[in-house]
Amino acid sequence: MSEYLLYPGCSMESSAKAYYDSLMKVAEPLGLHLKEIEDWNCCGATEYLGISLTPAYALISRNLALAARQANGTRTVVAPCSACYLNLAKADYYMREQPRLGHMVNEALAAGDLAYEPGSLDVRHLLDVIVYDIGLDIVKEKVVRPLTGLRVAPYLGCMVPRPDFEHRWSDHEHPVELDQLLKALGAEVIDFPLKTHCCGGHMTQIGPDTAFELIRRLVSSADTYHADLMATLCPMCQLNVDAYQGEMNRHFGTSYHMPVVFFTQLIGLALGLEAKELGFGSEMVSARKALAKIGLEAPEPVAAAPAKAHKAEGLPMPPPLTRRARKGSREGEVKS
Amino acid sequence: MLDVNLERVRAGLRTEEDLSLLHEVSASTAGVSRLEMCIQCGTCGGSCPSAADMDHTPRMLFAMLRAGMREFVLRSNTPWICVSCYHCVVRCPQNVHIADVMYSLKGMAIKAKLYQDSTAPDFSRTFVDMVEDYGRSYEFGLATRHYLKHFPLRLPGMTSMAFGMLTKERMTITPKRIKNIRQLKAILKRAKEVETSNEAGGAR
Repeated sequence: MSEYLLYPGCSMESSAKAYYDSLMKVAEPLGLHLKEIEDWNCCGATEYLGISLTPAYALISRNLALAARQANGTRTVVAPCSACYLNLAKADYYMREQPRLGHMVNEALAAGDLAYEPGSLDVRHLLDVIVYDIGLDIVKEKVVRPLTGLRVAPYLGCMVPRPDFEHRWSDHEHPVELDQLLKALGAEVIDFPLKTHCCGGHMTQIGPDTAFELIRRLVSSADTYHADLMATLCPMCQLNVDAYQGEMNRHFGTSYHMPVVFFTQLIGLALGLEAKELGFGSEMVSARKALAKIGLEAPEPVAAAPAKAHKAEGLPMPPPLTRRARKGSREGEVKS
Repeated sequence: MLDVNLERVRAGLRTEEDLSLLHEVSASTAGVSRLEMCIQCGTCGGSCPSAADMDHTPRMLFAMLRAGMREFVLRSNTPWICVSCYHCVVRCPQNVHIADVMYSLKGMAIKAKLYQDSTAPDFSRTFVDMVEDYGRSYEFGLATRHYLKHFPLRLPGMTSMAFGMLTKERMTITPKRIKNIRQLKAILKRAKEVETSNEAGGAR
């Protein structure tokens, strides 16, 4: 059993909880021993880098310093989130490429009694570790419920295959690792041409028109190939394509329904685990229909529960004065 | 590039080539930017998924940068539209660290207060403020503060999504904190001091 230091990242505790939960479920059966970096902090995503150089890299490097101190015989940090993976890898690489950056960062880390020697850790993505350390043969051996008949669009997004400082992937634009893994699970994998195209990143927050077009391209392409769902390895991609799919549909007057799940959730299904314990049901675009296709039942989506449906109207409001008034206002809402 | 020449004249450039801006950008970019290696081939703009929304393609921006057109460069929306997809980075024949140069330009535009639209800088600032306070990102606080200020009209259409995120436990109302926030704050405080002296050095 190989041991790795795990850097989960903030999303894994919130919007990408299904990613974390499913990873925890499949780690043991796959023989992945993950040890969380103690008291890790946010990597700054794509925001801090655009404000100030040294603080941004010091923020990232505190995690590397903590990991290096905690490492006991292992030197591999595994990050399941794309942005976290890239930031950690980037800090390590740039501090080697430009020692001056390493000095500045270490000067800052010293204020917290920490230090990091660039190059002392290997930063790797979860998919890389599963495909190249555990190996597809082992994964195949563990499959007890092949995903036969499920058409999956493998979606990696940008920051895992690019810029790829250490040349870990088969290609920057059309890497095959995720395809191979999903095939090992028995799924029918489409040759998804947009597999490393952008989901819009933080543009859903700051420039929605730019983001909606990028989301539309992805969803429309996956739909053209008759994919039942998209499998991703990035919390940001999942959030954008899943949670903003409704707003994108309204923006363009389209009606796409393309579920996006984490690849670890599909590994879990193939290993015979139950959909519910793998975080299915937490997606905004329900994967129920896709799972039903392979004879699996996904948990009821929360929003569909009739008792709670009324609350969907918005923030807590004073109770309506009369029954009629409330009915009238709800009808008005439908029309608008 | 007629208009670019005009901009040069307006910008009041004294010499044919004023490379101080290029050097300044390189100095505030992580790693070795290789910005001076740009051969103006345009592979970057041709690879960019959001070029249509940009004032200038990356190639044009780098030409302006080389020409020392500080204000025009820092006012351009290009770095703010960049989605950090790194398509241009892996295709650039000169291996210019394009995405990282975009990050540097954002930071410089914020410092010079030369951005056109405050939506993106505000978002970054709010995100970073929360990370500096808690050590973790805080999506609920970020989303509410950001949308109320910049996208109040998007809110009605987003309530069911926000509701879903909360009930599916994909978003929590209270922030998570790291244990040793004092250590992180001390590190960031020192980092800001280091950065100030780095900038003073880079602008030489």
